[in-house]
Amino acid sequence: MDFGLSEEQEMLQQSAREFLTQECPPTFVREMSKSADGFSRELQRKMAEQGWTGLLVPETYGGLGLGMLDMALLLEEMGRAVVPGPFLFSSVLCTLALKQGGTTAQKKVWLPRLASGEAVGTVAFLEADDRLDAAGITLKAKKSRDGYTLSGTKMFVPFAAVADVLLVAVRTSGRAEEGVSLILVERETPGLTIKPLEIFDLTRRVYEVECKNIVVPKTAVVGNEGQGWKILSRLIDAACIALAADSLGGAQKALEMAVEYTKVRTQFNRPIASFQALKHLAAEIVSEIEPARALVWYAAHAFDTRPREASRAAALAKARLSDVYSRTTNRAVQMHGGIGFTWEHDMHFWFKRAKWNEFAFGDASFHRERLAQIEGF
Amino acid sequence: MELSYSKEDEAFRKEVHTWLKHNLPKKDKSVSDLMPHDPERVKRAKEWQRKLYDAGYVAMGWSKEYGGQEADVMRQTIVNEEMVLARAPGLVGASGLGMLGPTLIQLGTEEQKRRYLPKILTAEEIWCQGYSEPESGSDLASLRTRAELVGDEFIVNGQKVWTSNAQFSDWMFCLVRTDPAAPKHRGISYILIDMKTPGITVRPLIQMTGDAGFNEVFFEDVRVPRAHLVGELNQGWMVANATLFHERNMLGSTTRTQLMMQNLIRLARSRQRYGKPVAEDAVIRQKLADLLTRVEAMRYHSYRQLTNALKGRSPGIGAMVNKLVGTELNHDICALALEIMGSYAPLSRKAAHVIDNGTWAYEFMFTLGLIIGGGTSQIQKNIISERGLGMPKSG
Repeated sequence: MDFGLSEEQEMLQQSAREFLTQECPPTFVREMSKSADGFSRELQRKMAEQGWTGLLVPETYGGLGLGMLDMALLLEEMGRAVVPGPFLFSSVLCTLALKQGGTTAQKKVWLPRLASGEAVGTVAFLEADDRLDAAGITLKAKKSRDGYTLSGTKMFVPFAAVADVLLVAVRTSGRAEEGVSLILVERETPGLTIKPLEIFDLTRRVYEVECKNIVVPKTAVVGNEGQGWKILSRLIDAACIALAADSLGGAQKALEMAVEYTKVRTQFNRPIASFQALKHLAAEIVSEIEPARALVWYAAHAFDTRPREASRAAALAKARLSDVYSRTTNRAVQMHGGIGFTWEHDMHFWFKRAKWNEFAFGDASFHRERLAQIEGF
Repeated sequence: MELSYSKEDEAFRKEVHTWLKHNLPKKDKSVSDLMPHDPERVKRAKEWQRKLYDAGYVAMGWSKEYGGQEADVMRQTIVNEEMVLARAPGLVGASGLGMLGPTLIQLGTEEQKRRYLPKILTAEEIWCQGYSEPESGSDLASLRTRAELVGDEFIVNGQKVWTSNAQFSDWMFCLVRTDPAAPKHRGISYILIDMKTPGITVRPLIQMTGDAGFNEVFFEDVRVPRAHLVGELNQGWMVANATLFHERNMLGSTTRTQLMMQNLIRLARSRQRYGKPVAEDAVIRQKLADLLTRVEAMRYHSYRQLTNALKGRSPGIGAMVNKLVGTELNHDICALALEIMGSYAPLSRKAAHVIDNGTWAYEFMFTLGLIIGGGTSQIQKNIISERGLGMPKSG
């Protein structure tokens, strides 16, 4: 029994924090929020140099071959710095899908490029119904002689405009889990249109992706035809853990900013940090964050090593952190008073990211019901 | 990270499990119906602790010269977990084992350790904690029970309150004011009082549960030898805080919480309302699952602290939240149990149609007491924000 981090993991944490303090300060986040696509090739290149884009990619394909706990620790730091960009979707989700279900040829083409940061991937999962179950996947993929013809619309696709390749969840038959397939679609494919959807979290850009009779070859299927849900459900677990880790780091940072502010802000001739009303708010946040950290570590560890517990652990982490991050940023804004409500102050980046993280891949209520089913309540 | 136990630990767990199966006290209704402080019940409870001690399962981490085994924290954790799973009765000498013992090991004299520790282990001597006073609750350092040093003796006068188990305790570790002129934190001493000393009156107080679990204790010219002082004269506040740290870890332990959670889920499945199990109600499911996320978070949080302890790392801010989170969580679990039982919830232990012997209602109240005892949740928040986050004191 050792519920702790290795020396290497602690070093990764520390170097990530130092790197992001340097390369992704709030001024950078603000600058990126004004850009058209919210993506910095420059930062992507530097993160690739650190090995981060290839953290989960096996060494044979040019990555570091590390596990989900290592990634969670890195994502915690990225959440702390509210790093804008497609990292979570490209270097975690798309990479994991290919690693798990990709053919040798697909791996050879994409994994080295994703690892080097040269290519960006994303996942097109949701549709207008905003359903997280298999029945929500209706985008039709009709089998033809040469491959498949795709028609339909995907919604809320993160960073589609900067992605080189999209992992699209489609329906090849049926209505339920059976009949869901995953198909790699390159962004330049004729018939693919990408429209930005304006969004309040400027660190996470989302798009509507329309497929108008797009033709893809048979070789574009990831995993077997009709067997995509298995990979996808594993990806949902991964996304839950990744978002929980990001939320943990963000909540911790929001708390620190708020506490720091109350120590310097004076009202009634004393620092407002001396008022119990604020001290108790801060203490309540700590009492939620500290135990939640253990939940994130456990879920990330279970993802790789305890397959039977993995979904339950991911649901636990996502349910808890969805609530904790949103509640923390709400309190953190209030502890700042009026200045916390301004565009000029940085706090809104965390506040908004908390909301995005809360709803993405299922909110707290969704995962609590999932837990209820897993536990057989 | 490695979540499975070593072969040795697994074997030990099995051994404990088997031992408990064979040695658990038989359910005896004539005893369990008695008040917790009834002499017969106390006698049985002491026998149980003695038996556990003889088996080698009590305070295993203590050093061998004082009757321990110098085992690592993991072993004791395994015993504690197995005891909860076996629904074994708790230890009657818990205050000695969990509070005074660790304090003496840290700050007591060699003589004190040799004199008191072995009898704590065997339950030959039961301890109670003399901290709170009628005018000194959260502001504990304002306490006024006076101890005047006359020659080689303290003469103690004053009153303690909310003193759990004082009715049957042999000794009390007690905070007294030895220098009324000094600032409040610097005039307190920590002394050990034999409860049989003339001048001590113990008056039981009935709690909202109906039990007389705690007491008022009055001191009238009670003579205590100077050798019963722990730490330096007037330095008792520091000693008191060492004890409080151990107390909070004990109160915040969530080993039992996991069992309560399982019982709650069982209750929700077994109760029928509107023609279906309560566990199928959408709102109840949400509440159950929310509690589960909190229980599981505390479980892994405790593993993390256990690992830190095994590696000799300082517990940090993470340990400061245990008492606050653990006690509130236990109470919230009971509150949901009451909600699930509805009109059956307030039924008394012996009422017709009562569910689970009225345990939930009792625990619902008892766990609220634990939110207050050992430093209220509000005081815990002050500690977390001041010592953990460096926010300034209010005054």
